[in-house]
Amino acid sequence: MSVESWGAVLAEHQADLQASWLAEVAPPLAGRVTRQELERDGRELFGALAAGAAVSGSFSDGAYDELRAVLTELSRSRARQGLTPSETATSVFAVKTAFLRAPGVQPDAAFVALSQFVDELGLFTFEVYVEARERVIGEQSEQLLELSTPVVKLWDGVVAVPLVGTLDSARTQVVMEKLLQSLVDTGSEHAIIDITGVPAVDTQVAQHLLKTILAARLMGAECQISGISPQIAQTIVALGIDFGEIRTRATLADALVHALRSTGADVVRGAGAPARTGR
Amino acid sequence: MSARGGGDEVPIAADADVVRVRQLVRARAQAAGLGLVDLTKVVTAASELARNTLVHGGGGTARVEAVAGTTAGGRPRSGVRAVFVDAGPGIPDVRAALQDGWSSGTGLGLGLSGARRLVDEFDLTSGVGSGTRVVVVKWGR
Repeated sequence: MSVESWGAVLAEHQADLQASWLAEVAPPLAGRVTRQELERDGRELFGALAAGAAVSGSFSDGAYDELRAVLTELSRSRARQGLTPSETATSVFAVKTAFLRAPGVQPDAAFVALSQFVDELGLFTFEVYVEARERVIGEQSEQLLELSTPVVKLWDGVVAVPLVGTLDSARTQVVMEKLLQSLVDTGSEHAIIDITGVPAVDTQVAQHLLKTILAARLMGAECQISGISPQIAQTIVALGIDFGEIRTRATLADALVHALRSTGADVVRGAGAPARTGR
Repeated sequence: MSARGGGDEVPIAADADVVRVRQLVRARAQAAGLGLVDLTKVVTAASELARNTLVHGGGGTARVEAVAGTTAGGRPRSGVRAVFVDAGPGIPDVRAALQDGWSSGTGLGLGLSGARRLVDEFDLTSGVGSGTRVVVVKWGR
C-alpha cells in the first residue's frame, strides 16, 4: 500500500475501519474500559487520522497535530486506568489490523505475519523496558526514604531529626518510628525536629508533626520544632494551625540551647576564647 | 485579567501528584515574580486543594497558569492561577465547608478555610453529585 492508497482506503471506508478497530481492541480491554469510551476513542482516532491523511502522508507534518493530541490523551487516560504499556500500544497497532481487513485491501500474507510478529517483539521490549525503569525509580524512592531521615545525636540526651523535602504519610511514618526508637536507644529526653529543609508546611504536614510530638511526649520526651522560617511562620498563621504548647524555635541552635539548659548543662563562652568562633 | 497561555494540566490520582502540583505552582509563581512569603502561601494553598481533590474528590485535575492583570491603582501585575476540578461527591454545604474546623475526614479541618486565607482570589463551586471546582489566584506585590 502506498501512502495515497491508505489515505484513499480511509476516506472511503472510515466507518468500516472504525468498526473493525473496535472489534480488535474491545475484547482484551473488556471490563476495564467502557465500550462508549472505546467508541469515542475510535471516532477521534480515525477522525484525526483522516484529517491528517487528507493533507500529508508524513506523521511529522503539522497536519497530524490533532492526531498527536488524540494519542496523547489516549495514552494518559490508559495510564490512569492502570493499563500496561502493551495494552495501550495495542490500541494503535489495531489501526493497522483494521486497514488490513478493509474491503478491497489484499495484503501479502507473509508480510502481514512478519509485521505482526515484529510488532509483538516491539511490545515485549517496551514492556520490559518500562518495568525495569519503574523498578529503578521504586528503588530510588525507597533509598531516598531511608537516606533522608537520619536521627542524629546532638548531645547527651538530645537527639535531632533534620527533615528535608516533602513530608508525606510514608516518610512521616518512618520519621516517627526512627525518632521514637532512638529516644529509647539513646535514653534521650529531648528531641528536636528541624524543618529548615521543608519547603512548605500544609495542614497534613502539621498534623503529622503534631502526632509525632504527641507520641514522643507520651514516652516522656520533650520535643521541639526548629527551623521555622518567616514565610512558613506566616503561612502557618494564615492557615490557622495551632501548635499550642509545642515549643517552636527559629533555628536549630536556639532549640539546642534550650534542650541543653533543660538537661542542666549551661552554655557559656570561656574567658580565654575569642568573642566569636572565627576558626 | 487575562491568562497568558502556557497553562499546564496535571492529573491528580496519587500522593505523588500532589507533590507535582506543588512544584508546578512553585515554578509558575517564581516565574510570575512572587516574593518568598506569597510563594510559600500559594504553594501551601495548592497543596491543600490538591489533597482535597485527591482525598475527597476521588482524584481530578489541576490546571496551573500565569495570569496578568492590573491593580486597583491601574498598575500592571502578574500572578498565578490554579484550577482544581474533580468529579467527586461534591460539597453539600459550601458555607459550612469554608468554616474553620469543618472536616469530612480525619484532618484538622483547616484545609479549605486556610487555603482561602492564603490566596488573593478564591472561588468554589460545588454541587452534590456534580463534583467540585476551586479557582485560586495569587498576585505578586
